[in-house]
Amino acid sequence: MWTELCGLLVHSRSGSGGASLTRKTGRTYLHVSRREDLVVSEYNFAYLDEQTKRMIRRAILKGLAIPGYQVPFASREMPMPYGWGTGGVQVSAAIMTAADVFKVIDQGADDTTNAVSIRRFFERTAGVAVTGATAEATVIQTRHRIPEEPLTEGQILVYQVPIPEPLRFLEPSEVETRKMHSLEDYGLMHVKLYEDISAHGAIATSYAYPVRVEGRYVMDPSPIPKFDNPKLEMSAIQLFGAGREQRIYALPPYTQVVSLDFDDHPFEPTKADHPCGLCGATDSYLDELIVDDAGGRLFMCSDTDYCETRRAAGHVGADGVAQAEVRP
Amino acid sequence: MSADQALLQVAGLTKTYGRRVGCCDVSFDLFPGEVMGIVGESGSGKSTLLNCLAGHMPPDAGAVRFHMRDGTVRDTVRMSEPERRMLGRTDWAFVHQHAVDGLRMNVSAGGNVGERLMAVGARHYGDIRGAAVDWLGRVEIAEDRIDDRPRQFSGGMQQRLQIARNLVTGPRLVFMDEPTGGLDVSVQARLLDLLRGLVREMGLSAIIVTHDLAVVRLLADRLMVMKDGQVVETGLTDQVLDDPQHAYSQLLVSSVLQV
Repeated sequence: MWTELCGLLVHSRSGSGGASLTRKTGRTYLHVSRREDLVVSEYNFAYLDEQTKRMIRRAILKGLAIPGYQVPFASREMPMPYGWGTGGVQVSAAIMTAADVFKVIDQGADDTTNAVSIRRFFERTAGVAVTGATAEATVIQTRHRIPEEPLTEGQILVYQVPIPEPLRFLEPSEVETRKMHSLEDYGLMHVKLYEDISAHGAIATSYAYPVRVEGRYVMDPSPIPKFDNPKLEMSAIQLFGAGREQRIYALPPYTQVVSLDFDDHPFEPTKADHPCGLCGATDSYLDELIVDDAGGRLFMCSDTDYCETRRAAGHVGADGVAQAEVRP
Repeated sequence: MSADQALLQVAGLTKTYGRRVGCCDVSFDLFPGEVMGIVGESGSGKSTLLNCLAGHMPPDAGAVRFHMRDGTVRDTVRMSEPERRMLGRTDWAFVHQHAVDGLRMNVSAGGNVGERLMAVGARHYGDIRGAAVDWLGRVEIAEDRIDDRPRQFSGGMQQRLQIARNLVTGPRLVFMDEPTGGLDVSVQARLLDLLRGLVREMGLSAIIVTHDLAVVRLLADRLMVMKDGQVVETGLTDQVLDDPQHAYSQLLVSSVLQV
């Protein structure tokens, strides 16, 4: 049974079968599946009840219609603490379909606690296929990174956002910041960058670097490194969920996203000036690891899938071992 | 703009707080380069009037017509909020009594001065910094204090910084609410000296609210005396202060301590 998302369908409680969102040729449909499609009967599909998902989808659609605008939504209690990605999880739950292939990364890695537990959560509550491979995933939930491999149309990137308001630390009043957004009163944002230059000689903000979306809203791209900022103009849909702050915002594909800067101090995406020690990549964002008591350090790709894919293809960095020797 | 055309025309401005009167039916014209003082006791409606004029508060009735840069005359009361805010950071300036209200205390002096420039689109760090250095010099703040926070400044310096921050975009009309309140007399004297110089040099028009008659004697060309929300007397400053007509003006003038 197919029904348009914004239609009046109110159906499919947990007892009457799962419901899911499917994207077909640019339109979004709500697909109510038959009872036998359900994988796990204890939970409604993807944990959240259908009313909540509808509410979140409405916020997402509004966010996509007004790129960069923070849409308030009634964030739910999730079975994990605030700060662990409750916003991202709710957005993922609202858009997930049974046919989706799900990937979760935390600081670029597929195998950290946060990524593993969120992936398991959806394996259990939605029964979706999961993957580590960026290209295979249809929904990617991320904390603090954008995958190195360019995303394509049809993929959705879901960000976990701690503080959605880029002006928060400059103007503590939410009433005032919302007024500043509505009046495009953004002089203060540049004051922050001015202070950076006067104190450090350069714009020292290295993550959560503010951007202007389509020449209108100033947006916090979540705490991604500013190295990732140029990738915000991409082919995939980007959704941002802040659970504690109860805000959702979005970037449709190919949206213009400009990092704020000064004419004489232009925006510069930065990374550690090394190649990856394991795969030798020179174009990826690097983590720095201290590897011994003598201060020895290893720089390696923060995107584990990117690094592994390269090593499987035979690339070896200065500190790496050829894959053939690792997996005989 | 010719000198005989008013910069600001205020007509029938009224603001009430429920049954209490803030200010009632205030009308006057302000001409380019003219400084107008508003005096009166606490609660006489001077600050209400100033806030209505500067667009911080919507009046209940009346019009505030401003002669814009492009030559048109606009009623700022009926302007849209973005337009009014734009005016508030270009052609208008507002100097608060307490520098804390008018400054960003956790932003450096340079950033404070540069904010209005950046708000109207300046995007060249070197130019912004240059303007900040220039303005700090004009208000007698040493250049090496440019990266200090206002919190590290004395009260008089904070007030001078607030003036620099307001005048950096070359406004044509300055609203001042007790600019010398809370400062000791020698600092007051220097600040008044500075203000008088800037007003004359830049050809500013200003509206100064104060209860200090010495301040208006020094700065204002014209004087308006308020009592209980009403304007009770207007005239040239010297005329009103030397020969007050209204009973309240007489009381006000005679209340000043003679040293």
